[in-house]
Amino acid sequence: MIDFDFSPVIENFGSLMHGTLITVEVVAVSMILSCTLGLLVGIGRLDTSRRLLYGICSFYVFIFRGTPLLVQLFIWYYGLPQFGISLPSFLCGVIGLGLYSASYVSEIVRGALQSVDKGQHEAARAIGMSRRVTMRLIIVPQAIVRIIPPLGNEFISLIKNSALISLVTIHDIMHEGQQIISVSYRSLEVYLAIGAVYLVLTWSVSRLLRTFENRLHTKGIQ
Amino acid sequence: MMTQPKASAGALISTIGLFKYFGDTLILDDINLTVQRGEVVVLIGPSGSGKSTLLRCCNGLEIAQKGIVEICGERLSQQGQLLPERQLDALRTRAGMVFQSFNLFAHLKVIDNITIGPRKVLEQHAEESRRLGLELLDKVGLADKADAMPGNLSGGQKQRVAIARALAMRPELMLFDEPTSALDPELVGEVLQVIRLLAAEGMTMIIVTHEMNFAREIADRIIVMDRGRIVDSGTPEMIFGSEANPRTRSFLAKVL
Ligand SMILES: Nc1ncnc2c1ncn2[C@@H]1O[C@H](COP(=O)(O)OP(=O)(O)OP(=O)(O)O)[C@@H](O)[C@H]1O
Ligand SMILES: [Mg+2]
Repeated sequence: MIDFDFSPVIENFGSLMHGTLITVEVVAVSMILSCTLGLLVGIGRLDTSRRLLYGICSFYVFIFRGTPLLVQLFIWYYGLPQFGISLPSFLCGVIGLGLYSASYVSEIVRGALQSVDKGQHEAARAIGMSRRVTMRLIIVPQAIVRIIPPLGNEFISLIKNSALISLVTIHDIMHEGQQIISVSYRSLEVYLAIGAVYLVLTWSVSRLLRTFENRLHTKGIQ
Repeated sequence: MMTQPKASAGALISTIGLFKYFGDTLILDDINLTVQRGEVVVLIGPSGSGKSTLLRCCNGLEIAQKGIVEICGERLSQQGQLLPERQLDALRTRAGMVFQSFNLFAHLKVIDNITIGPRKVLEQHAEESRRLGLELLDKVGLADKADAMPGNLSGGQKQRVAIARALAMRPELMLFDEPTSALDPELVGEVLQVIRLLAAEGMTMIIVTHEMNFAREIADRIIVMDRGRIVDSGTPEMIFGSEANPRTRSFLAKVL
């Protein structure tokens, strides 16, 4: 018979909530970075004839998707100071998560943009739209519907991966939980509570994106 | 490059010595074509003979490695060099194109498909472009479909919207690439009817089609292509008559 004792969780509810807030902050800023950079890198890899741009963007994906997030985080936090660059831990978390996730987002973006029929592009150019306007008004709006489901998966990964930022001394939910465990020795209860918090976060994000997707569909975009 | 003499005064489209390769394959082989203002030219020929490619060279969707393309009195391309992007975009507004597969903007309502060009490229006011758009929809017989999504239209309706979209830019010429080839037979007529209307209004057009009866009826001149070359050219009477050249006759024998 396991005897549960959630009192350490309840007594430290405030600090757990504070940690949750930090997690949400880091994740939210990382998502913005990830989407912005991911969009740019994804577009940069569309046109293979622009050799330099394509090369740089491909190299980016090669590096950031091909190495563990933990290694990247440690390089930002412990590695850079060797060059005299010390970033605050919050920034390391955001950069680490954001750049890592952007490499996946760029692939999602590229795939979705490429899946829009070539005829759409030609029809737009044929009425005199510039490349840029064609991208903005014709291609991207059609790609967005196809970006959302895989982007939802990527956001969920990002939220779960954010547990690693406690290792670069960010006081996120994971960090706060471990503090409580080191005093109370109630690992199971605390980790269950932390798991529940992550569940709420991932569930909220997937709900949000599903609502957005449905809105697009009811507008007749498919 | 713009200071050189024009290829042919009074012509709305002219190509001089056009050679186009895809990789090592010669696709257009010394094409010299002149279309006068108000003229309706129908392009026929076997599959793969280069009709679409030629048409696409006329608005810069493809670029020929050798030769000159001029439309509306401006040099579109020369020896593999297209106009700079912004001038090219401006010139493209003056040449409408209609594709075999319609290519309507799938995320936009019918009326927005038609007005997006005038609004975003010609910078027309929303109300004015809407009024013009509704007029054009009426002209192609689809006044009641303004708020429909393209996905809910039949093929014939889609193609008529595509024609209206091109006309909304008030082009000086129209390029049609097999506008009815993707349609069920019973829907072909409604699209051809719109093209007839344009011809009657004096629109300059190049039409690629496999509808031989329509070609015979509407063309001022028919051009026959085979393996990248223009092999015959003349009035419908000449092309469909007994004195047409052997390659024309063997092609027509296959399709008629
Ligand atoms: N983007 C491309 N890359 C390589 N080859 C191409 C490309 N587009 C066309 N071709 C080739 O060029 C040749 C001419 O094609 P084109 O589409 O101009 O012919 P067409 O006369 O329009 O034929 P159809 O009646 O089938 O439409 C064909 O052999 C085709 O395979
Ligand atoms: Mg063709």
